[in-house]
Amino acid sequence: MLKLEKRASPSTFWTWAAPVVAVALTMVVGGLMFAALGKNPFVAIRTIFWDPLFGEFAFYFRGQLLVKAAPVILIAVGLSLGFRAGIWNIGAEGQYIMGALFGGGVGLAFYPAEHWFIFPLCILAAALGGWLWGMIPAILKVRFRTNEILVSLLLVYVAQAFLASMSLGLLKNPEGQGFPGSRSLAQYPATANPELIAGTGIHWGVIAAAVVVLLTWVLLDRHILGFQIKLAGQAPRAARFAGVSPSRLVLLCMGVSGALAGLAGFFEVAGPAGQIKIGFNVGYGFSAIIVAFLGRLSPLGILLAGLLMALTYVGGENASTNLGLPSAAIQAFQGMLLFFLLAVDMFTNYRLRLVRRRVA
Amino acid sequence: MLGGIDPVVLIAALMVASVPILLAAIGELVVEKAGVLNLGVEGMMIMGAICGFATAVSTGSVWLGFVGGALGGAGLSLIFAFLTQIMLANQTATGLALTLFGLGFSSLIGQGYGGMKPPPIGPVPFGPLADLPVLGKILFSHDPMVYVSIAVVAATAWFLKKTRKGLILKAVGENHDAAHALGYKVVRIRVLAILFGGALAGLGGSYVSLVRVPQWTDGITAGAGWIALAIVVFGSWKPWRVLLGAWLFGGITVLQLNMQAAGSWLPVQYLSMSPYLITILVLVVMSADRSRAAMNAPAALGKNFQASR
Repeated sequence: MLKLEKRASPSTFWTWAAPVVAVALTMVVGGLMFAALGKNPFVAIRTIFWDPLFGEFAFYFRGQLLVKAAPVILIAVGLSLGFRAGIWNIGAEGQYIMGALFGGGVGLAFYPAEHWFIFPLCILAAALGGWLWGMIPAILKVRFRTNEILVSLLLVYVAQAFLASMSLGLLKNPEGQGFPGSRSLAQYPATANPELIAGTGIHWGVIAAAVVVLLTWVLLDRHILGFQIKLAGQAPRAARFAGVSPSRLVLLCMGVSGALAGLAGFFEVAGPAGQIKIGFNVGYGFSAIIVAFLGRLSPLGILLAGLLMALTYVGGENASTNLGLPSAAIQAFQGMLLFFLLAVDMFTNYRLRLVRRRVA
Repeated sequence: MLGGIDPVVLIAALMVASVPILLAAIGELVVEKAGVLNLGVEGMMIMGAICGFATAVSTGSVWLGFVGGALGGAGLSLIFAFLTQIMLANQTATGLALTLFGLGFSSLIGQGYGGMKPPPIGPVPFGPLADLPVLGKILFSHDPMVYVSIAVVAATAWFLKKTRKGLILKAVGENHDAAHALGYKVVRIRVLAILFGGALAGLGGSYVSLVRVPQWTDGITAGAGWIALAIVVFGSWKPWRVLLGAWLFGGITVLQLNMQAAGSWLPVQYLSMSPYLITILVLVVMSADRSRAAMNAPAALGKNFQASR
């Protein structure tokens, strides 16, 4: 009979093998799902995972890869800090929207002026917007012990309604013939977040993501704060005896993840999305949760996981135009990825042992 | 502000509006009483919504639709049960995965169902009772599911309070090691509770797509699952208080919809925020009172169980 036995310490091998196995399993089961939709599973998997990288039009897709990866990585790195410490910010999508509204709003307030400081100011405002939205669940948690999972998630719906009201009201393009949505931020030189090196997809958000990954790696590996975050997650009682203030960690983790999500939101509306409008947010805040886990909550892992997630987005679009695969299939595929990761992850903490059933 | 809104109509409407969150919340209450925190209510609801809708449209029977919805929700919850009870995965992460997967998968199944109409469901024929002034409209004018949902609350309250099995379920939720030592099958009991929760969430979801709206659109449940989770906290894990909570939120939803229709001075977007904001407010009030918040929460909530012997 098979029996689970807890490992004394998590297996290093499985920590890194689990995501790989999970991706492989997802491809198999995802392939079955594509087959059920009447598509050739091998062609579908190739269209999603191979063609964007090495296919005929790879020169176009490779640039798209960084465009999609940057916001997801930026958000996921922030979330991973909290997840490590057992603080569950799952409302990054709302913080992303608020960052876009704050950053974009500040930029549009200057329209049509041209100053060098407008763009940096927008970035600061975006971080502030995301930070504020993240602070609501944080303060409620610290002050009233309110569950931060529910509050941060419910605030996503509030942010979406706020986005709708801004797109139809205050931030609506006065020259937009009555269509909802703001002026184009991408075509207003003072706020535009353009492709910096043609063909690579690199914009300021990509650079920010790279910097944040590096900084977080330093923080977690070399700084006392990183140690405290890890300690609070692994041994909350020990952390308290060691003088780590849980409240401070909640405020810090929620604030940082909110600010990073806000940044991602502004880079998106000022660049790839182009303007503030209803539905500009396509769920990066939720995909980032998957990315954070898939990357084992470590900055470098998240970098890889974010690129993989971007590949499913880009490849999914490719499959949708070329094979008519519904875009919802990709969303289901991403959810499946997390399922398999969680399942395979058991081997990180437990080992399977074959034991003979003894007579009592 | 309330001008033009008839309180009798409002009460009758809020009873209908609260059915989905009531069913989902009662299901989640049982799951949490067994010591399991399933954050995938939203995902199970929306799977129930599309499975119920698809079943009802293809069979022409709204009742088979409800059955299909319950099966859809229970099917998704089976994944949660497998991951958390057998593979010992983190319950918070698994619940989120359930919601993310459910939102994507439901929209995948729902391709081609947009714009269709489900078979209608009529009110229960109470005969002359329905014509009573005031009471007729509030008590005797609803479709059968409204009464079913209230019966589910009563049955759950009775099960948890008066039956031996209910006591065992609560014991598992309070201290799974002690329950295991007494010889109760912790994992089996929890899996059954999770399936029950999934079925009720799916049933609630199918009520949204078959009766409340009634049609299929992506993301149709719009956060109802998360509100249901909050209502369990609001009701401090007691079935009748959960009913009260569901009515409160049903009332707010109906009221803000009526104000939207009546053209209030507040823009529509701010009105549609209100159910979520008030949910947050209620959560804060409930958790601020330390003695009350801790009183009824199952002690082993969210902790995984592994038999060491």
